[in-house]
Amino acid sequence: MKNLIDLEKKINSELTTKINRTEIKHNQIYLETDKDDLIDVVLFLKTNNDTKFRQLIDITVTDYPEKNQRFEVVYLFLSHEFNQRLILKYTIAENEIIPSITSIFPGANWMEREVFDMYGVSFKDHPDLRRILTDYGFEGHPLRKDFPLTGHTEVRYSEDQKKVISEPVKLEQNYRNFDYESPWEGTKYIKEELDNNDKKN
Amino acid sequence: MTKKIKNLNLNFGPQHPAAHGVLRLILELDGEVVEKADPHIGLLHRGTEKLLENKTYMQAVPYFDRLDYVAPMNQEHAFALATEKILEIDVPIRAQYIRVIFCEIGRILSHILNVTTQAMDVGALTPTLWGFEEREKLMGFYERVSGSRLHANYFRAGGVHQDLPQGLEEDIAEFCETFPKIINDLESLLTDNRIFKQRNVDIGVVTKQDALDYSFSGVMIRGSGVPWDLRKSQPYDCYEQLDFKIPVGKNGDCYDRYLCRIEEMKESVSIIKQCLSKMEKGPIKSLDGKISPPSKKEIKQSMEALIHHFKLFTEGYRVPRDEIYTAVEAPKGEFGVYLISDGSNKPYKCKIRAPGFSHLQSMDYLIKGHMLADVPAVLGSLDIVFGEVDR
Repeated sequence: MKNLIDLEKKINSELTTKINRTEIKHNQIYLETDKDDLIDVVLFLKTNNDTKFRQLIDITVTDYPEKNQRFEVVYLFLSHEFNQRLILKYTIAENEIIPSITSIFPGANWMEREVFDMYGVSFKDHPDLRRILTDYGFEGHPLRKDFPLTGHTEVRYSEDQKKVISEPVKLEQNYRNFDYESPWEGTKYIKEELDNNDKKN
Repeated sequence: MTKKIKNLNLNFGPQHPAAHGVLRLILELDGEVVEKADPHIGLLHRGTEKLLENKTYMQAVPYFDRLDYVAPMNQEHAFALATEKILEIDVPIRAQYIRVIFCEIGRILSHILNVTTQAMDVGALTPTLWGFEEREKLMGFYERVSGSRLHANYFRAGGVHQDLPQGLEEDIAEFCETFPKIINDLESLLTDNRIFKQRNVDIGVVTKQDALDYSFSGVMIRGSGVPWDLRKSQPYDCYEQLDFKIPVGKNGDCYDRYLCRIEEMKESVSIIKQCLSKMEKGPIKSLDGKISPPSKKEIKQSMEALIHHFKLFTEGYRVPRDEIYTAVEAPKGEFGVYLISDGSNKPYKCKIRAPGFSHLQSMDYLIKGHMLADVPAVLGSLDIVFGEVDR
């Protein structure tokens, strides 16, 4: 459907309980669903004549380490016919295994591998779940918030052993993450106070 | 007596001139026919997305130059647009024209490189020499406007860093007059060339359906006959006011994609010309002092400007809590930025959607059943740059 509001209504009326929340902002439609309904929702979005989200743009994950449902899995879709973009999301806990959509969109293959590599989220029924961007034999998941920016290991060529070896990172100076936010308005307790005031008003 | 024949595994790359960077391709060959291709990527992975989470919004821009390093400003554009949309600031019209001019220059830069090196992969050396002379001129424009030939760091949320230096507009206009002749020269070498056609026609055919399924974009989807260009369908900056055509292929093979790129270069020249004629004097970045740094002259005279300058270059500006996906039509396809801001001066998350990543993924499906010698031809027409594939 060309109109975003009609599209939102259509999705809500067709998928009813499978959609937890819908929102329109920035000319895009944001949907929230559950892990178990993912395949149904994606199939509907791809095949229904009023939605036709036939292209998967990307899959990614956002990490919120402080939350119980730590990861938010995000799917970006595009409909050429109606010139619409859709963002589909659901949250999962750390060790949950989520369904793969490679059978619906073959292009999801590498995207899911990247998510697995970067965040350590595993996919059920994925044909070839290997690491993709990191080195052979890499450990850890770099884009998790608790993974340090400098990493854990560094590699170098060892003249003695005549091969490339990896060893723990040794830095002359640790990476310094300066907090430049102004103390007049940026510190945490004042921010919280401001937020509370906003809520009261 | 029957002979046992075993498939041969061949390791292509990571240091191979036709791999266009650091691609390791494990090929399974039956004689000279490729049965399976397994690309191993990530050899140029620098953790851009992780780094972005630790840098302020202004510090993040240079990282985008290093993604697709043959068309740096197109990437910066996506990030600038994403931040602008969240900040809800307007870009002055002159800045929009400047940005579009340099995006189209980036497109020409990328297409020259691709067309000519792909020709080299299939055996023609001269186009590369002719094409690179033109690229040199274009990178000269980059240098004059931003101070560096490649990693420009020129676009800002709210506009561009500096106005065009004196004389640059005329020189770009002059380039637009001479360049079409070079395109014609390149075409006279390649378009009807028997060897070039033998190597490219009906090689690496992508059907419409597969182009959709494999998340193709840009020339890869247009070559297969899908008229989809974000500059037309979801116009950003001043593309709406410009008049240009979208070349679309028919057969979806390497040759059609080559033709699309040639035509797109011609359209880019016409876009640049239109921008130059429509452009008027005016501000080149947002006038909001909380976003754009003040000019050097102002800093010397105004206390407020000095404070703004200090605050912007230490703390940076804060971006309200929001999330957005913004895409631009980069030379290689849809380049997108999925940005999540948390109200601080650094992005909470910034996912980069690189077109090359999806294109390279289809290597196995594209090359199956082709000969070994077709691997460089297909790889060349996919237009892979490892800066963006590996991020």
